[in-house]
Amino acid sequence: MPSILIVPIRPVDHAELTSLIAPLSNAFQQSVSIEESKYIDPAFAFDSYRNQFNSTALLSALLEQYSSYQGKIIGITTVDLFVPVLTYVFGEAQLDGKVAVLSSFRLREELFGLDPNPELEHIRLVKETIHELGHTYGLIHCHMPECVMHASTSAEEVDVKGKNFCRECERTVLKAATTS
Amino acid sequence: MTEKKTVPQSILIVDDELIVRESLTKWFRQDGYRVESAEDANHAIKLMSEGPWDLALLDIKMPGMSGLDLQKRLKEIDKNTGVIMITAFASVESAVQALKEGAFDYVTKPIDPEHLSHLVTNALKQKKLAEENVQLREQISDIGKASEIVGESQQIQKVIELAKTVSKTDTTVMLRGESGTGKELIARVIHANSNRRYFPIIAVNCGAMAESLLESELFGHEKGSFTGAQFRRKGKFELADGGTIFLDEVGTISQKMQVQLLRVLETKQFTRVGGNEIISSDFRVICATNRDLEAAIQEGSFREDLYYRLNVFSILIPPLRERRQDIPLLAEYFCTKHATAMHKSITEISPSAMDIMVQYDWPGNVRELENVMERAMVLAKPPSIQHTDLPFQLASKAHGLQADSIAAIERAHIEMILHRSGWNISRSADILDIDRVTLYNKITKYGLKRP
Repeated sequence: MPSILIVPIRPVDHAELTSLIAPLSNAFQQSVSIEESKYIDPAFAFDSYRNQFNSTALLSALLEQYSSYQGKIIGITTVDLFVPVLTYVFGEAQLDGKVAVLSSFRLREELFGLDPNPELEHIRLVKETIHELGHTYGLIHCHMPECVMHASTSAEEVDVKGKNFCRECERTVLKAATTS
Repeated sequence: MTEKKTVPQSILIVDDELIVRESLTKWFRQDGYRVESAEDANHAIKLMSEGPWDLALLDIKMPGMSGLDLQKRLKEIDKNTGVIMITAFASVESAVQALKEGAFDYVTKPIDPEHLSHLVTNALKQKKLAEENVQLREQISDIGKASEIVGESQQIQKVIELAKTVSKTDTTVMLRGESGTGKELIARVIHANSNRRYFPIIAVNCGAMAESLLESELFGHEKGSFTGAQFRRKGKFELADGGTIFLDEVGTISQKMQVQLLRVLETKQFTRVGGNEIISSDFRVICATNRDLEAAIQEGSFREDLYYRLNVFSILIPPLRERRQDIPLLAEYFCTKHATAMHKSITEISPSAMDIMVQYDWPGNVRELENVMERAMVLAKPPSIQHTDLPFQLASKAHGLQADSIAAIERAHIEMILHRSGWNISRSADILDIDRVTLYNKITKYGLKRP
């Protein structure tokens, strides 16, 4: 039975992870579970010069730890992520692969000097989690503005797009999900 | 036309750091781009010549050749590739230098993802606009060229009607007719009325080239595929993507080319000379020939399968002598055209000149007629073109005389003397040293008319 495993990367709010189960299983038509037995400590991926965490290193760690796992894996965290050539990333995924990682750090309203807005931040997290997992099913960025696979590099852009796949992307995902 | 498949745009990344190459490659692949990367200038130049690339991201500081020098080299290979320089904070000055040398923009490491994404979108958009601009300019000049088919005769009207009907489809068209009847003009009319009109029409004269040259002309070639192939070059089939390819004098191509042509027409795929990459192109074929292909099939010099592939919808363009009523219209059209071009105030053609032209058989068809009118325009004095401005063999042939016969020369000589004396019969008879009755007889015999 193909499935999706949510892996907590410290620090992360467990309730937030639980709230992802329903939207993910709805989007991918798969069983979704949370890794309850262990957390990942991201300290090894910390770059003291940049004061950020290397998302590529986190991906490698997930791959290594879950090498025998058959489904898709997404690591969720609240720390700020980067890849060396870019100033930050929301997350990173293996295109047509197995693992993805996502941070809620840049999706928070406080980052822009605004009051926290848990409801809006939750919707952003759902969209980006589906988006990164979508890449692991082989989806590239979609030109349809309302599709969740539309590229977004800022929180505003995340807000503009929808939280569902467009028809074309949905077809690709469901086809990949049933054949995996 | 079938909807064109979108080919992913391509990005070449050149950076000596593996991690930069890897993360940018991954980033752009998720955006749906075709991405390759090179670790140094040599590899970059190799990839560039295998191009084309829409965009190149170059690290300004690399061991060996610097990004700035590399930019120049890459622009030499393909000046249309957009370049974005990647710099560290310290080298902003050299980034400015890169901009002066034609780079689209520069970014500093680490790159803000939002900025990078917009920058790349804009660079690609600008490149696309520039290409579209070139294509539209060509298109406008093509539409201009395809403007006019002159003629009221039933035969030519039928041809125009057939051309317009078939233009709405993607059917292969074969245009048949003698040399100079306007086959290319009809091909342009078909293209200009088709859904492909916003894409180019590419004309290739198959009869004008040696086999090997024609091969590289049609399919393109890779750099170094033969002596003198210094650069890779796109072939006509590739250039005609989305549009129409017009193969003139298709009846003259060699057996080997016939086989290759057949394959391309069937698969719409080919490889460049000396290359392995399979290239797909969406083109419509219009071909023309003045050769008797059926006879050529009988004698084995033209492949029957290719004939059936080409001869789907055939339009026969009648020779000018079979539609003489169009001659005055065409003559006047060319008269106006060349008078304008030469800035001469010649507005009409004298009845006697017109008579000669209508009676003449025009073996070279409309092309010959245009040539004659252009020549006459050089000689003619305002306000009109006289029959004496027409070439000598035209006047004699129109009266059924052999060009170099004594009679033809006599006719032309008498005509010249009459013209020079202003049709004064007595003076002309004196000059010719014949009596006036004989002169009258000769004028009647040769059908000479007072202007």
